[in-house]
Amino acid sequence: MNTPVVRALLYLDGVNVTFDGFRALRSLSLTVETGAMRAIIGPNGAGKTTMMDVITGKTKPDNGDVLFADGTVDLTRHDEASIAELGIGRKFQKPTVFESHTVADNVLLATAGPRGAFSSLWGARARVERERIDEALETVRLLAHRDRRAGELSHGQKQWLEIAMLLAQNPKLLLVDEPVAGMTDAETETTAELLREINRDHTVVVVEHDMSFVRALDCRVTCLHEGSVLAEGSIDTIASNERVIEVYLGR
Amino acid sequence: MNHRHTTLRDRARAIAPGLASPALLALAILFLLTCFASLPARAQDYNAALDKFLSDSFPDTEAGIAGVQAVGDPRGVPVIEALLDRRLLVNQAAKAIVYRDRAGATFDARTGEPAAAPDSPTTVRLNNRLRGIAQAALGAMTLLSPDPTRRRQAAEAVFRSRDASALPAIDQALARETLPSVRDALRLARAAIVLTDDATPMADRIAAVDVVSASADRDRIGLLRQVMNRAPAELKPALEAGIAKIENVLKMREIAQTFWFGLSLGSVLLLAAIGLAITFGVMGVINMAHGEMVMIGAYVTFMVQETIRNSAPELFDYSLLISLPLAFFVAGAIGVAIERGIIRFLYGRPLETLLATFGVSLFLQQGVRTIFGPTNREVGAPGFMSGYFEFFGLQITYGRLWIVVFAIFVFAMLLLVLKGTSLGLHMRAVTQNRRMAASMGIRTGFVDAMTFGLGSGIAGIAGVALSQIDNVSPNLGQGYIIDSFMVVVFGGVGNLWGTLVAALSLGVANKLLEPFAGAVLGKILILVLLILFIQKRPRGLFALKGRAVEQ
Amino acid sequence: MIAALLAEKLDGRGKIFLIFLALLALLVPICNLLVPAGSAFHIGTGTVVLLGKWLCYAMLAVALDLVWGYCGILSLGHGAFFALGGYAMGMYLMRQIGTRGVYGHPVLPDFMVFLNWTELPVAWWGFQNPVYAMFMVLAVPGALAFVFGWFAFRSRVTGVYLSIITQALTYALLLAFFRNDMGFGGNNGLTDFKDIFGFNVQSAGTRMALFLASVAGLVIAFLIARFMVTSTFGKVLVAIRDAESRTRFLGYRVERFKLLVFVVSAMMAGVAGALYVPQVGIINPSEFSPINSIEAVVWVAMGGRGTLVGAALGAGIVNALKTTFTTGALAPYWLFVLGALFVLVTVALPAGILGAAESLIKRMRGSGSPARKPAE
Repeated sequence: MNTPVVRALLYLDGVNVTFDGFRALRSLSLTVETGAMRAIIGPNGAGKTTMMDVITGKTKPDNGDVLFADGTVDLTRHDEASIAELGIGRKFQKPTVFESHTVADNVLLATAGPRGAFSSLWGARARVERERIDEALETVRLLAHRDRRAGELSHGQKQWLEIAMLLAQNPKLLLVDEPVAGMTDAETETTAELLREINRDHTVVVVEHDMSFVRALDCRVTCLHEGSVLAEGSIDTIASNERVIEVYLGR
Repeated sequence: MNHRHTTLRDRARAIAPGLASPALLALAILFLLTCFASLPARAQDYNAALDKFLSDSFPDTEAGIAGVQAVGDPRGVPVIEALLDRRLLVNQAAKAIVYRDRAGATFDARTGEPAAAPDSPTTVRLNNRLRGIAQAALGAMTLLSPDPTRRRQAAEAVFRSRDASALPAIDQALARETLPSVRDALRLARAAIVLTDDATPMADRIAAVDVVSASADRDRIGLLRQVMNRAPAELKPALEAGIAKIENVLKMREIAQTFWFGLSLGSVLLLAAIGLAITFGVMGVINMAHGEMVMIGAYVTFMVQETIRNSAPELFDYSLLISLPLAFFVAGAIGVAIERGIIRFLYGRPLETLLATFGVSLFLQQGVRTIFGPTNREVGAPGFMSGYFEFFGLQITYGRLWIVVFAIFVFAMLLLVLKGTSLGLHMRAVTQNRRMAASMGIRTGFVDAMTFGLGSGIAGIAGVALSQIDNVSPNLGQGYIIDSFMVVVFGGVGNLWGTLVAALSLGVANKLLEPFAGAVLGKILILVLLILFIQKRPRGLFALKGRAVEQ
Repeated sequence: MIAALLAEKLDGRGKIFLIFLALLALLVPICNLLVPAGSAFHIGTGTVVLLGKWLCYAMLAVALDLVWGYCGILSLGHGAFFALGGYAMGMYLMRQIGTRGVYGHPVLPDFMVFLNWTELPVAWWGFQNPVYAMFMVLAVPGALAFVFGWFAFRSRVTGVYLSIITQALTYALLLAFFRNDMGFGGNNGLTDFKDIFGFNVQSAGTRMALFLASVAGLVIAFLIARFMVTSTFGKVLVAIRDAESRTRFLGYRVERFKLLVFVVSAMMAGVAGALYVPQVGIINPSEFSPINSIEAVVWVAMGGRGTLVGAALGAGIVNALKTTFTTGALAPYWLFVLGALFVLVTVALPAGILGAAESLIKRMRGSGSPARKPAE
C-alpha cells in the first residue's frame, strides 16, 4: 500500500466497516486539519460512533486508510492503548468516569506519564503532578470538587470531568461524542464555550445532534448519512442543503 | 428394507399395546378367534399322521412323513429330525410315540412335552429313499413354513451350518418365496453353501461373494474371511473386494453410530441448556440454580410415579406425560418465586446475581436432600421408552430416540412461544429496551417473572426427560450447570439456533473424541477447547457483531 | 523507614488487623504450649490446627479480594490455584516419606507402587528438594494463571464469561486429578505425610510452627496486597473495575494490569494451599471442586470486598459458622446457612460486614459520606 502524501492531522479515505452484512461505513472519507474544530452530524445509524471506534482502534475497518499526524501513522495497526499514547483522546457518549475514585484521581490517571503495569507499582507521581491536575480541573470548573468521589457528581459535571481527563491526557486530537446529551441549556452553553477554549490548543472533532449547540461551536460541519459523507461545509451551507434537510433536519 | 418396517411396527405394537387403535384391536381379536377355531382340526390331523409311525413299516412311515409335512405343525420338526437320526421311538401296543433329543431326554411327539420312554421301544427305521423324503420334508417344513419368521430363521440356520445337503431345499424355497426379506436370507444361505463348497464352479462362487457382500455384518465378513483362508487364487480378488466392501460399510456404520450417540448426548445437552438459553441468553440473568430446576423436574417425575404406583398402576405408561406439565409448573413457580424474591433486586449486577443464585442452588439441593434423602431415587422407564430397533444395521434404542425427538420438540415449542405469542413479543421488547417497553404499557416486572418462569419451567421439563437417563439425586443438577453455560456461550448468547447447533456439535465432538481420549479426558479436552474458543470469540459462534451488543 | 512505609500504606483497619494477628501469634503458642492442659485458657492442638486452616483460608480470601474487589475479576477458580500449591507441597511431603511407606519403596510413593509403576514420573522429579518444591508452590499456580490470563485478558473476556470459564478451568482440573494415570494419587490424593523439613508433621511443636507460618503468610500476603492497591497500580485496577474501556482509551494496557494482579493473586493462593496441606494432612482432587472456589467468593463478599481486611474477616466468620454447623446436630443445615449467606450478602449486604459496620460508624459520627460502591 502506498502511503499517500497527506497534509492533515486526521485522514480517512475509503473506509468500509461491515457488521454481519450491515454496512456501518461505506467508503467514508474525511480530513481534519491540525488545529481545526469539526462537528459531525447525522441521523441515528449514520456511522458516527463507528467512525469514532475506527479512529480509536476499537473497531478494525474492512479496508481503507486511517492515517494520523500528516499521514505518518497508520491507525489501523495500533490498539486502543497505543492510539491513546499517540495523542488521540476520546470522550464517550455516556459520561464514563471512574466513579469510586476522587475527581482528582480521575484526572491523575489521565495525565501523561508511564503507563506500564510494573512502573505504576513504584511510581510516586501523585505529588509531582498536582499542579497539572488542578489546572485541568480549573478549566472545566471542577476545582472545588477535587476531593469528592466522581460517582457523586451530577451528570453534567461528569461530562466535564471526562473532558478534564482528556485535557490532562493532552492529546493532539480530541474526539467528543455527544457532549451535551442530557445537559441543561445553561450547561450546554458552558460546554460550547469550553470546547472553543480547548480548541485553541487542540484539534477537536465533535459528534452532536443538537443543532443549536453545533451552531454555537461555529465551525466546519460534516453530515454523515448511511456510512458516508453526505455534505460538508459551514453550518449555513449544511442547513440549507436540500439532501441534508431531507434525510436529517426535516422540513 | 421392507422387513425392517414390519419388524419395527410389530415391536412397536408389542411394546406399546396401550397405544393400539380400536380398529387394530378388533382385527387382532378376529385373528385370534380364527386361530383357535382351526386349532382342534389341525391337532387331529397331526395326531393321525403321527399314528402312521406306530407300525414302523416303510409305506406307513412315508405316509406319516407326508402327513406331518402337510399339517405343517411346528411340533413336527423335532419329530422328523429324530426320525432322521434314528431317535424316534414307538411302542405300537401302548400307542406311544416318543423322540429323544441329542442330549438323551425324551419327549412325547404328540405334545412336545417331556415324557417317559415307553417300555421295550422300537426305533423307527428308514431306508435311503425314505431318508431323502424325510430330509426334503424337514427342509420344506422349516424353509417352507407358513410363518415368515420361521422361514427366515431356517435360512439363517442354514447360513450358519453351511450344510451342502440343504441346497435343494433352499432352491425349492427360493423358487416359491415372495417376501423379499426371506428371499435375501435364503440367497445368503445359498451363497454361503456355494462359497464353502469347493466343488461348485468358480463363476458361481464369485457370484456368491457378491451376494454375501451385498450387505454388511460380522457374520458375513466372518464367512468371507473363513473362505479366504483356503480359497483358490481365482477366488481371492473377489473375496478381497467383498471383504473390503463390507469393512467399508461397517466403518461407515461405526461413524454413523458415533454420530447418533453424539446426537443423543447433544440433545441431552440441548435439553439441559435450553431453559438457560432463555434466562441467561434472553434475559441475561446468570442463573446458577438452573441445574436445580432440572433436578426438581426429575423429582416431580419421581413423585408422579410413586403416586401412580400406589394408586393407579395401570397409568404407569403415562407417568412421563403426566409429569411434563406438573414439572413445568412446579419448576416454573419456583423460578417465578426466585425472580420476584431475589433476582429482580439484582438486575444489572450480573456477578451478584451469579452468587445469589448459587446460594439458591445450595438451598434447593439441601431442601431436596432433606425431604427425599441423599440417595438416588428410582424412576422407572415406561414401556415405550424401552427396547430398540434396527436402522441400516444401527441399533437404536427407543429411550435415546425419544429424548432426541423430545429435545427437538421442546426447542420448536420454545421458538414458537418466542416468535408467535404476545409473551414472546413482550419478552423481546423488554430485553431490548426496558424503558421504552415500560412506557408503552408493558408490565416489565410481570414479563421478567414470566420469562424467568418459562426458562425454569423448561428446565423442569428437561428434568422429566433426564430422569430417564441419569440418577435422580439432589446432585443431578450440578452435573449440568457448567455444560449448560458452555453450550449457551458457545452458541452465542441470545441466539436460540446457536444453542441448538452448539449443543449438538458439542455432543458429537464429545463422542468423536471419546474413542481416542477416553470419556474423562475427552470431556477435559472439550472443556479446554471451549475455554480457548470463548477467548477467541467471547460472544459465541453466532454472536451479533457491532456496537449494538456492547454494554 | 519501614515503619514510615507501613504507616503510609496502612489505614486504620489495616493496623487493627495486624495488631490482631500479632496477638494471635503471641497468645496461641502461650495458651497451647505453656498453659497446662487443665486450665480454662488452654488451647488444644486441634484448635491450633483449625485456626491455622482458617488463616490459610483468609490468605486465599485476600488473594481473591485483590482480583475481585479491586479489579472486578470474579474468579470462580481460585480454589484451583490453592489446590495446585497444595499439591506441590503434598508432593514434597510424599517424597519425604522415603522407605516408611506401606510398601517401603525408597523413591516411589505408595500409590505408584500399588499401580505397578516402576519409575517416578517426570512431574515428580526434584520434589524431594525443599527449595525446588517451594519454588513450584509459587511457579505452578503462577504459570497457570499467566497462561490462562494471557489468553483470557488479551481476548477481552470479561464479567460473567470470565467467571464461567474460570469455573470450567477448575472443573477440568478436578476431572484430570481424579484420574490415576495423571500420577497425583487419583481419587485418594496425597496423604500419610511423615516429615516436613525434617520435623515430624504430627508433633505439637511442628503444628505450632505451621500455625505461626500461616500467620506470617497472611501478614505478608496482606502487606503485598496493600502495597499493590495503594500504589498507582491499585488506582488503575480500580479504574479498570469501574470503566474498563475508559482506562484503555487513556492509554493503559488493561490486559497487562489484569495479568500481573491475577498472577500475583494466584501465587498467593498457591502459598495458602501449601501452608494448608501439612496442617490438614491430606490433599485430594475435591479441593478443585467448583464449590470450594465459590465458597471462597462468599467469604470475600461476606467480609466486604475491596477492603482486604474484610476478606480475611469473612473467611474467619464463614468458616467459624461452617465448623459450628457441620459438627453435631446442626450438620444437615449447613448448606441452608451457606445458601442463605450468599443471598443475604448480595441482596442485603453488598458492602459486606465491614462495609456495613463502617458506614454505621460514619453515620453515628455524622460524617454522612455514603459507603463505597461495591464492585460490579
